[in-house]
Amino acid sequence: MARMKFLCDAERCIECNGCVTACKAEHDVPWGVNRRRVVTLSDGVPGERSISVACMHCSDAPCMAVCPVDCFYRTDEGVVLHDKDVCIGCGYCSYACPFGAPQFPTNGTFGLRGKMDKCTFCAGGPEVNGSAAEFEKYGRNRLAEGKLPACAEMCSTKALLGGDGDIVSDIFRTRVLQRGKGSEVWGWGTAYGKPTGAKS
Amino acid sequence: MIARGTLALLMTAAIAVPLAGCGDKAQTAGQSSVKKSDAKAWQGAPNDPYVADGWKAGDKDSWEAQMKTRAQQGQNEYNRSAAVAADAKPQ
Repeated sequence: MARMKFLCDAERCIECNGCVTACKAEHDVPWGVNRRRVVTLSDGVPGERSISVACMHCSDAPCMAVCPVDCFYRTDEGVVLHDKDVCIGCGYCSYACPFGAPQFPTNGTFGLRGKMDKCTFCAGGPEVNGSAAEFEKYGRNRLAEGKLPACAEMCSTKALLGGDGDIVSDIFRTRVLQRGKGSEVWGWGTAYGKPTGAKS
Repeated sequence: MIARGTLALLMTAAIAVPLAGCGDKAQTAGQSSVKKSDAKAWQGAPNDPYVADGWKAGDKDSWEAQMKTRAQQGQNEYNRSAAVAADAKPQ
């Protein structure tokens, strides 16, 4: 098996935030923490694009490199996870991450920064698979249940793909070959008019 | 003779024991980490009532096949529409 990866198809994402909602509901993510979010570029103008962003489970993860207490580890499937019992909530990982994936819940009356929380690719953490302790700290372990991440499985337009990197890229390749690219995409002309310089 | 040997040994220990306190623990990341080990996903979740059907917990090949099937059936609508089209074909 290759590495587990996410891929967001910007031609399909309709900024519905279904992935964000699915993630929050599935893992009972605390208020103020978003493991996944939708980013929109050129909002409101022709060519607007949205993509769903979370931890990309980097092959050479900068968060792992900078963590002073070495709380990160990578599973056999390439999922980057961390041990919340070791994390000290220093925030170095959030400075290092180019995607803004690490999140910090505010705890207590004085808004103290809690331990880091991030997308787990629905793979839980270093507790017994499917246990209450695992759910409380890291959320559901859908991979151990034989399922794929909730965000990808719930995506209504299948813009967000998740799973084995080889399969995900294969699905995307098939899609691009079928629909074309840029102005060849179905519905482009209806939405934005014919591209300038196009032949008949 | 024995008493001198024992005394020398005791003297060495008396000097070495306080000096041991001056040592420093290794602080290199990765060598002194106390992070817990994690069970493999293919081992399944024993007490989880939401485990999907179609694969056997503890069997890595079965789990990988399940992941592949789920990705293709759930996310590749070109496969699904082809299957639907084949089913809908008049016999």
